[in-house]
Amino acid sequence: MTSLLNIFWLGLKELRSVSSDLVMLIFVVYSFTGAIYAQATGSSSEVNNASIAFADEDNSALSRQLAEAFYLPRFQTPEPIAVTDVETAMDEGRFMFVVVIPPQFEADLRAGRHPDIQLNIDATAMQQAAIGGGYIKNIINERISSFFRRTDDSAQPSINLIIRRLFNPNGETSWFASVVGIINQITLLTVVLTGAAVIREREHGTLEHLLVMPLTAFEIAMAKVWANSCVILVATALSLYFIVMKVLHAPFSGSVSLWFSGVLLYLFFATALGIFLGTISRSMAQFALLIIFVNVMLQLLSGGSTPVESQPVWLQYMTFFLPSRHFVSFSQKIIYRGGGLDAVWPQFAMVSVVGLAFFIYSLALFRKSIAVTK
Amino acid sequence: MPIPESHVSMAIDDRAAVASIHGVTHRYGTTIGLDGLSLDIPSGRMVGVIGPDGVGKSTLLALIAGAKKIQQGKVIVLGGDIAGARHRRETCPRIAYMPQGLGKNLYFELSVQENVDFMARLFGLTAGERLSRIRELLRATGLSPFPDRPAGKLSGGMKQKVGLCGALVHEPDLLILDEPTTGVDPLSRRQFWALIEEIRSGRPGMSVIISTAYMDEAQQWDWIVAMDAGRVLATGTPAALMERTGTSDLERCFIALLPEEKRTGHVDLTIPPRPTGKSEVAIDAKGLTCRFGNFVAVDHVSLTIERGEIFGFLGSNGCGKSTTMKMLTGLLPPTEGSAKLFGQPVDAGSIEVRKNIGYMTQAFSLYGELTVRQNLVLDARLYHIPPNKAETRIKELVEKFGLGPYLDALASDLPMGLRQRLSLAVAVLHGPALLILDEPTSGVDPVARDNFWELLIDLSRNQGVTIFVTTHFMNEAMRCDRISLMHAGKVLAADVPKKLIEARGAATLEEAFIGYMEDAIGETTTDGQTKEDADLRAGTDASQHAVRSGLSLRLSRLLAYTINETMQILRDPVRLAFAFVGSALLMLVFGFGITTDVEHVRYATFDLDQTLESRSYLEQFAGAPRYFAQQAHVRSVEDALSRMQSDKISLVLEIPPNFGRDIRKGSRPEILAEVDGADTFRGETVAQYVQSVQDAMLLDPNNGIGIKPQKYTANFQDRYMYNPTFESVYAMVPSIPPILLILLPAILMAVSIVREKELGSMINFYVTPTGRLEYLIGKQLPYIAIGMMNYFVLVTMALLVFDVPLKGSFLMLTLCTLLYVTVTTGIGMVISTFTSSQVAAVFVTTIVTLLPTIQFSGFLQPVSTLAGRARFVGSIWPTTYYMHASKGVFTKGLHANLLAPDLTFLACSIPVLWTVSALALSKQER
Repeated sequence: MTSLLNIFWLGLKELRSVSSDLVMLIFVVYSFTGAIYAQATGSSSEVNNASIAFADEDNSALSRQLAEAFYLPRFQTPEPIAVTDVETAMDEGRFMFVVVIPPQFEADLRAGRHPDIQLNIDATAMQQAAIGGGYIKNIINERISSFFRRTDDSAQPSINLIIRRLFNPNGETSWFASVVGIINQITLLTVVLTGAAVIREREHGTLEHLLVMPLTAFEIAMAKVWANSCVILVATALSLYFIVMKVLHAPFSGSVSLWFSGVLLYLFFATALGIFLGTISRSMAQFALLIIFVNVMLQLLSGGSTPVESQPVWLQYMTFFLPSRHFVSFSQKIIYRGGGLDAVWPQFAMVSVVGLAFFIYSLALFRKSIAVTK
Repeated sequence: MPIPESHVSMAIDDRAAVASIHGVTHRYGTTIGLDGLSLDIPSGRMVGVIGPDGVGKSTLLALIAGAKKIQQGKVIVLGGDIAGARHRRETCPRIAYMPQGLGKNLYFELSVQENVDFMARLFGLTAGERLSRIRELLRATGLSPFPDRPAGKLSGGMKQKVGLCGALVHEPDLLILDEPTTGVDPLSRRQFWALIEEIRSGRPGMSVIISTAYMDEAQQWDWIVAMDAGRVLATGTPAALMERTGTSDLERCFIALLPEEKRTGHVDLTIPPRPTGKSEVAIDAKGLTCRFGNFVAVDHVSLTIERGEIFGFLGSNGCGKSTTMKMLTGLLPPTEGSAKLFGQPVDAGSIEVRKNIGYMTQAFSLYGELTVRQNLVLDARLYHIPPNKAETRIKELVEKFGLGPYLDALASDLPMGLRQRLSLAVAVLHGPALLILDEPTSGVDPVARDNFWELLIDLSRNQGVTIFVTTHFMNEAMRCDRISLMHAGKVLAADVPKKLIEARGAATLEEAFIGYMEDAIGETTTDGQTKEDADLRAGTDASQHAVRSGLSLRLSRLLAYTINETMQILRDPVRLAFAFVGSALLMLVFGFGITTDVEHVRYATFDLDQTLESRSYLEQFAGAPRYFAQQAHVRSVEDALSRMQSDKISLVLEIPPNFGRDIRKGSRPEILAEVDGADTFRGETVAQYVQSVQDAMLLDPNNGIGIKPQKYTANFQDRYMYNPTFESVYAMVPSIPPILLILLPAILMAVSIVREKELGSMINFYVTPTGRLEYLIGKQLPYIAIGMMNYFVLVTMALLVFDVPLKGSFLMLTLCTLLYVTVTTGIGMVISTFTSSQVAAVFVTTIVTLLPTIQFSGFLQPVSTLAGRARFVGSIWPTTYYMHASKGVFTKGLHANLLAPDLTFLACSIPVLWTVSALALSKQER
């Protein structure tokens, strides 16, 4: 009981400290508004404004129409170039795609042959290359088929393939990116807030003051956990409602309270990480250097940037122990796919287990570090 | 503001005054440091500037040294206006300045010898001069036995001696020392002043200006400036000042000089004697020992302190006082020995013990962001004092400690004296029987100090509180019932102060203390001293350094900074690890972690037709195992959805009833492919895969479904240029070095400069003739080298770990990298000019470099697809060019002529960045 009271009073003090740190507040507000908006709208995985050129050796009515089928926003207006310039133009990086239409193209098609179109793709731009290449084929096939349909109505595929994208029918990147953005900011901010709270207390000498009082390391740490978690939860809720739902119009398919329960479990891990980093770094500057590393790793490896399934198998075994990976996973299930507890319990369990283990470890480290501070 | 320099008219003043200050006002935000101060300081004397902390002593000294920019007023030093850059450049070799703080301008990673050598290089001494001069100085200061010890591992007194060596290495005419002996033990203090005295006798013309909070020191000097609240109270010889105020020592004299309102209520303290008779033992420590590794911090300390006693604990910084106190309070478990408080053994971490203790740490350790009231209430709550009882107790304390008017002020806004009273109020709030106070009065003015002691005496005599207090002030030590003298972890003596003085037959406590210390060290310094001083004088006459050309001087200063920085990095494990392990680690994470390959898509079929045709159609997908991995069949629509929701499958292929019949009839049946679109990129890619499987099937005459190849379709020949197997690793790996080689070198460079600002060694740049570019480029060179080493590590990893071949010219890429790393460290340099803390430097550099690098430089999105502002940013961002070069050389095997524009752009950016940084770098502190 006294312990709970201590944690409560100390936590209130934490909240006061955070609210008087103007720079930190601005950082929190920016991270949950501007940063998420920028990340959601500035994302680059869609094919957008792609540069394309046509080397047209046929120069027929059809081949000219093909070039006209490409327009903004997906593609820039195709530039005509000579077949001999293809290599150089691509070496210079002027075009991502160069379509080469062979001589006699239209005539060959009319004769029932399947002439070759050469599609040169700059494969150093992975994300756009595959998708963009697919678009180009679809657009060209579509245009050829409609060109000949005027004279011959058998010019369409004999099976009608309908592709339906579940959960995000129009493939809006901002839906996905905004939630990944929130997830990344939750990790970053929780770690920064909690770690900074530990270091601030040590640099200002107030930690010593607490230590001579009848308080335990557990109480000091727990106060930081609940107070900073509170700040993050409120910021997350506001950001989710105003930025993600209102401004970016991303839908929330599943249960909001289920997702927040998951966030709560995750915060346990994130605050523990903050205490851990705040404890092992000797100064704010070292802490900042460490944060950069840890954050980059957590973000890149957790499946928010590129899918976990694409990682090498041995790496997937390692990232299995990253709570952030399960956080991303259950967030996607709940938010996009509308999954319930039956769909996400394995992730919840994993986040709790790793979070708890890490919390106990960090607490032990924190207690030990306190004992030897000079 | 440019003030015309008039050397002629000033030359007359010069004889009388080494420095004249006219109407100088200096503000820090809204607080006033100096308030319209005017003063003439006579030359060739030992001048003391006295006053408590925060009255403007340091500001005044920094302004005279030219280290700080003058805001308002005029300061004439050595016959010229110190605001003029030319005069500063000409006179700075004649001035030496040692800032406040133990070893503030030293580099802690560097050894004694290296620190002094660095200063000597900055003042352009030749190698021969440096060697002999440093040897002389080290011998004179008694540092000769440890030239190779890192400055960070020296005691406070030794750090100050190293600082003095650095200041004297170029033989200045004006020596400015800012609180050189604060926190230094009495013996080292005495040695320090003896040394200054000797140096002055060797250079009689030299003026010395010193600030101090120890009035007893200043009493010996030629001329005194007494300061309070940014103004001069009085000037003159100590004797004259004491005569004027009718006092017998400088401390009382200073109090008498204070304005009326600050003196009110001040009476000379009288301490009632302690009641005699056997009293209860409060602290009983036996053989307390604490070791950190090999280092013995506290060595068998035994103490017995009675209830109600005021026990003083004296010793220099780092002698083990704080560690002893931590063991007594149970904060630190002793390695050996035991401690009892009121008969109860102290268990490390025991909560019960702490309820009996009030503790006041050395630095102000309350929450500056809380108000006075909030601080008091928080502690009352944490000690679980019932609310109504707490309220009366707080009221009582507030009244007694005079905190009433400040109840709602933030603790950080209080002046020093009040803060200490608040700390004491908080420490006694829960009515502890034992108070432990760690240097409670350092930095507090004499009047406030006496007020503070009144409270202590009341607690001890009237409430029976045992007080354990450490202090540097001998007059405070005299007020204690008993004191103990501590040195190097050992208690030298413990008794009533008067008895200690008698026992040594000394005149003052300080002398007694020094006597004990000399015994402990087991050597007498006086003999050696005279011989060394003779050497010093001889050396001083001999070394008149040779004239060197301007360019070689500049180069040697630049190299001095390069050598200095290199040694610092090599000895700082954190930054070293960040520089090398960091890049390798991030390369692995980026290389393996960011991959856009979508393979083995888990899919399930929902075949409502179950004919030959439907099975043949679905077989096409099973036949592409690199892309598709089949899972159990779907039984119902609900089953499909729930498996999609829990991410067990990402694709469902649904074949409607009568599919086979429709095919045979020639009517176009529909097939539904449901793709998980949650991750848009992945969903889009899967959709493309499905489409291309069907396209390929329809073109294949032997597709097994029995439909003829579609008419009027072209056959696409995909040519994946530069990456024929279309695996993301070949595209990704060459793009990683451009990112890492901007992020890490820029952060390290920015931190290295901001670190100097934060820790104080930037002063060396302000007060030496070092030019801006010499400083910047000197510090940049080691980071360029680190960048290049990183580059070799990254290329090796690309070749060996990721198996990505290097198709083009390695030499060309290396040349590009050299320019690129120079540019990226240059960006760090620019950022360092407008950030003032290391944390800000790290975060700002990360945000500023990472955003354009990832978004606009062709990392994920090709530059050719950018438009508008994004394209503009991309076109001026150096990574764009290096990214092109790196991808070009690795994947495309580009020739030199295609890399020429990249080289040109990078080469042209370097002078631009240098110019911007040099213009923005201030040669004085603001």
